[in-house]
Amino acid sequence: MVLCLTAVCLLCGALLGLVYAATGDAIQAASLKALQASIGQVLPEGGEISEAVTLEEEDQTFEYYVSSKDGKTLGYAVKSVVSGFGGPLTLMVGVLPDGTVYNTSVLSHSETPGLGAKCATDPAFVAQWKGFPASKALKLKKDGGDVDAITASTITSRAYTLAVANAVAVVAFLEGKSGDVDASTGASSENWGG
Amino acid sequence: MGKKISLILDGFVRNNPTFVLVLGMCPTLATTTSAVNGLAMGLATLFVLVFSNMAISAIAPMVPDKVHIPVYIVVIATFVTVLQLLMQAFVPSVYATLGLFIPLIVVNCIVLGRAEAFANKNGVVASALDGIGVGLGFTVSLTVIGIVREILGSGSVFGWKFIAGDGILAFVMAPGAFLVLGYLMALFNKYLKK
Repeated sequence: MVLCLTAVCLLCGALLGLVYAATGDAIQAASLKALQASIGQVLPEGGEISEAVTLEEEDQTFEYYVSSKDGKTLGYAVKSVVSGFGGPLTLMVGVLPDGTVYNTSVLSHSETPGLGAKCATDPAFVAQWKGFPASKALKLKKDGGDVDAITASTITSRAYTLAVANAVAVVAFLEGKSGDVDASTGASSENWGG
Repeated sequence: MGKKISLILDGFVRNNPTFVLVLGMCPTLATTTSAVNGLAMGLATLFVLVFSNMAISAIAPMVPDKVHIPVYIVVIATFVTVLQLLMQAFVPSVYATLGLFIPLIVVNCIVLGRAEAFANKNGVVASALDGIGVGLGFTVSLTVIGIVREILGSGSVFGWKFIAGDGILAFVMAPGAFLVLGYLMALFNKYLKK
């Protein structure tokens, strides 16, 4: 009995090890490709993308990439993680040095399919982030800001907006415009306004 | 030959996992928000079902009765993890939408149910055919539920939108899943099951 269970577990473990070893490189290549594609999407073309830089601030870690050309910074791509409606929502946010959002892209999410999941596909929602000016408020319209929410997905929209706001705060810090990163971690704990 | 075909057909009609055996309700309700999701979940389950059926029918005579459930679960979990790694490596875009649901296959009653009810009493070939039949039955059922929910909930089929606007949101969410499943089950049992 013990022997049988041990043998089965050993065999299965060996099989898993083999498959993991065989697929490890391909998985890394695929995730690297997805990351690079999303950086390319959220920053102006023509810049040279730096290696990943991490910024640790008040027990929060942000990872960002700097795009520069001839010694001039074109923009920053900030990986921003917040908690959404169904789990972590990870965005790549491209921010220009003046605080304008150049574009955003969803790296991973676990929002409700057909509702919150539209944050990656809904044309109107996605388009409003292109060139979102620093002068506008990064809050939903119903919270007194300038962001249009997705119908029936307020919590996801709020989380998405927060992720962008965090990225903008990181860039403001990097550009020396503010003393510290004023970022919070999630929208789920705030009021559940439907 | 006739017996082999009837083994596969059994999985569609007499042993249809969704509409007759009413097994695997968790993935059925959770993943059928769109036709593509239903189809992909069905195919993933088909893969695991065929391989776990084959492996279990091969080792069943050697497994003592007392530990047969743990052994089956280890075997099933191994194939699910293999599938997850393969998908992550070679079809990252499918994995991005479905990755969340893949680990759920481990606890899908269909897989363990077929191991208990069929694979441990029959040969490797018959078990593989049974896996194909039940897996295809599951795939077709999930795709049909997905199509109905996508039409009513999002006004599209396989992502092709033919009605502008949002559709009936309830059908994208859990209540719609139960409604569609109930009506389809009634229709199936009235017209197809003899």
